[in-house]
Amino acid sequence: MYKKHECVAMLLAGGQGSRLCLLTERNAKPAVPFGGKYRIIDFPLSNCINSGIDTVGVLTQYQPLLLNEYIGSGSPWDMDREGGGLTVLPPYQAKNGADWYKGTANAIYQNLRFIDRYDPEHVLILSGDHIYKMDYSRMLAYHKAMEADCTIAVIEVPLAEASRFGIMSCSSDGRIFRFEEKPAHPASTKASMGIYIFRREVLNDFLQRDEAESGSDNDFGKNVIPSMLAAGVKLYAYPFENYWKDVGTLDSLWQANMDLLGEDPVFDITDRTWRIFSRNNSLPPQFIGRQARVHNSIISEGCEIYGTVENSVLFGGVQVEEGALVRDSVIFPGVTVGAGSRVDHAIIDQDTALRERCQIGDGRRIALIGAELTLPPQTVVHGGGMIDTLRALEGR
Amino acid sequence: MYEAAGIIFSNLHDKNITELTGQRTMAAVPFACRYRLIDFALSNLVNADIYNISVITHYNYHSLMEHIGTGRDWGLERRNGGIKILPPFINAYANAANFLYNSRLEALQSVSRSLDFNEPYVVLSDCDAICNLDLREMIEEHIASGAQLTIAVHPEQSRMPGANVIYHSDHTGAVTGVDLYNPSLSGVQDVCMNVMVMDTAFLHEMLMDASAHNYGSFLRDIIVQNIGKRSFRLYRHKGYFANIKSLSDYFRLNLQLAQDKQARDQLFAKKDRPILSRVMSSAPTKYNSSQVELSLIADGCVIDGRVENSVLFRGVRVGKNTVIRNSVLFENTVTGEDVRLSCVITDKNVSIRDGRVLSGHEDMPFFIEKGKML
Repeated sequence: MYKKHECVAMLLAGGQGSRLCLLTERNAKPAVPFGGKYRIIDFPLSNCINSGIDTVGVLTQYQPLLLNEYIGSGSPWDMDREGGGLTVLPPYQAKNGADWYKGTANAIYQNLRFIDRYDPEHVLILSGDHIYKMDYSRMLAYHKAMEADCTIAVIEVPLAEASRFGIMSCSSDGRIFRFEEKPAHPASTKASMGIYIFRREVLNDFLQRDEAESGSDNDFGKNVIPSMLAAGVKLYAYPFENYWKDVGTLDSLWQANMDLLGEDPVFDITDRTWRIFSRNNSLPPQFIGRQARVHNSIISEGCEIYGTVENSVLFGGVQVEEGALVRDSVIFPGVTVGAGSRVDHAIIDQDTALRERCQIGDGRRIALIGAELTLPPQTVVHGGGMIDTLRALEGR
Repeated sequence: MYEAAGIIFSNLHDKNITELTGQRTMAAVPFACRYRLIDFALSNLVNADIYNISVITHYNYHSLMEHIGTGRDWGLERRNGGIKILPPFINAYANAANFLYNSRLEALQSVSRSLDFNEPYVVLSDCDAICNLDLREMIEEHIASGAQLTIAVHPEQSRMPGANVIYHSDHTGAVTGVDLYNPSLSGVQDVCMNVMVMDTAFLHEMLMDASAHNYGSFLRDIIVQNIGKRSFRLYRHKGYFANIKSLSDYFRLNLQLAQDKQARDQLFAKKDRPILSRVMSSAPTKYNSSQVELSLIADGCVIDGRVENSVLFRGVRVGKNTVIRNSVLFENTVTGEDVRLSCVITDKNVSIRDGRVLSGHEDMPFFIEKGKML
């Protein structure tokens, strides 16, 4: 039997994240590795369980194999539960045909029956694209205190960047009176974080209306929120002031990884009061060798370091051989950096091996090396370069 | 159905390191940054597709129970079989039958009513056999040879042959004799690893015999008595093997793993035979302005100082200007600034305040109890 829940979360994890280039070629964006042992989706899922929300529908669509495998039964986040827990919701075939998820709103619309089972008062909508720690229970309390029909989490962004976001204008009590998706001339700097709490009846109602409207993009930001505003329902903005980073581009993904470093990091993942959970493999401890030098870096289990690592994030099972240098870089699981190689300002995808004396990156622009490649000795890849196949290497 | 069931003895060697077993069983003694000793026995069994495992406990088994949990981290959370902890069986009426076991044989007898499995073979393993053993091959050899009992041994140029149980065999691998703590032995000897494969029927027969004749020792009363009468064989394990005889032994073995790549590879880098442990979801380890050399380090540490030739468990914090040399620091040990540690073992949750200088000797490490603040 399904238990009644006050609030159920729906996590939109179907996005492609095409600006992450090679990294999302065979992998959905929420399953992109982050921070030495995490994947992006660990952040919203851990936020949920830390906020007391244990029933989550994860909507998948693009390249779901790795994502599904990673989520599994939800046990890393304590979401393998009777009468709730984590459920993966892929697009499906119905009596009157099959539909991909056409937009964020349509994805939820197609899964309204999942929500109904738990008979919740409120529905939390999340996306699997951001790195942040947030207590959704506070947002829910705010939503209830304001008796809002919909509450949108907002964060202040620099004016110059505001036209990349959904921008809101609010009255002093937080009620939203204007919402513009990616405006050319933003009226404020309050940006939507893509985190919404809806009263369930209101969500139901407006998703039905949106579905009936031909020509709608079936998108929360573009269609549903504006039509709710037009209909005069109560929308409130919930201000969020801590770290929140969209990691949709190579630069922002790299920067967010660098934000973890330092004695007083911009974003602290070692914080034990708000733990981020992830699916871990049982790897042996990390080993730091005799001539090794490790400075200002994050290193995970299974790594063996014989060279120098500075200002970098290394995932599990990375080998840095003697005389190699890894600086200002993000190295995904299972990568080998060969003896005498130099990696400066790069992202290297899973299970790739650099043989001896390779030169990757120039310390200024990010070089990107794809997964499961073996780069021959003395390969040179300049900053801004991108290698996805060995042929790409030969063709240059 | 799988061919074999597993039985692990969790307390038999507690007295070897009383410092670490005051509040935990030998099986739950932490080892090599992120493991507890039982992880080796459990992983060896699971890697041979043995998914029906009983763990016999005696006392102090809370931390062991917490570590094992549902057995999920070893794939032992099963509807059929899985892992079962067998605490001592004491009935409601005080009488002579209520006693705590002292030996392997008594342990088996005390839980025999709970050992109801249908597998034709059974693996008996002590908890302190630190090795990555190919149990699948050992069971196959056991079956092919038609032996009733196969004993795993590790050929060693023994430092102290007198400290071990040594098995002798003929050219076919059949056991011909046993030496217990015989100081006159020299050269390469087959040291007993305390891991055995038996026919289940033979085990039951021997347990009946033992209660009929009031036997107390598996080695003395069963193995030695039956050499030449029953078919006992040896299986030689190739690769790393250690068991712990004292605190200084424990200390030496931890540091040796940090120095010896071959030992680490033989233990942790076997294809399809990972050593599994409880997963804790710690954050990765953070190195700030650190200098680290020749050390094994678990996840969840934050290192600001200098670490040389040491083994750091999960969640250890090393403060600024602190120097840790030749030391083994258990989970959540926190050191302040300007601390000097040399040849020290700290148990869990030890805090060492700024400026403290502590030192032991390689043969006599300085041990700090669980939860102490210095």
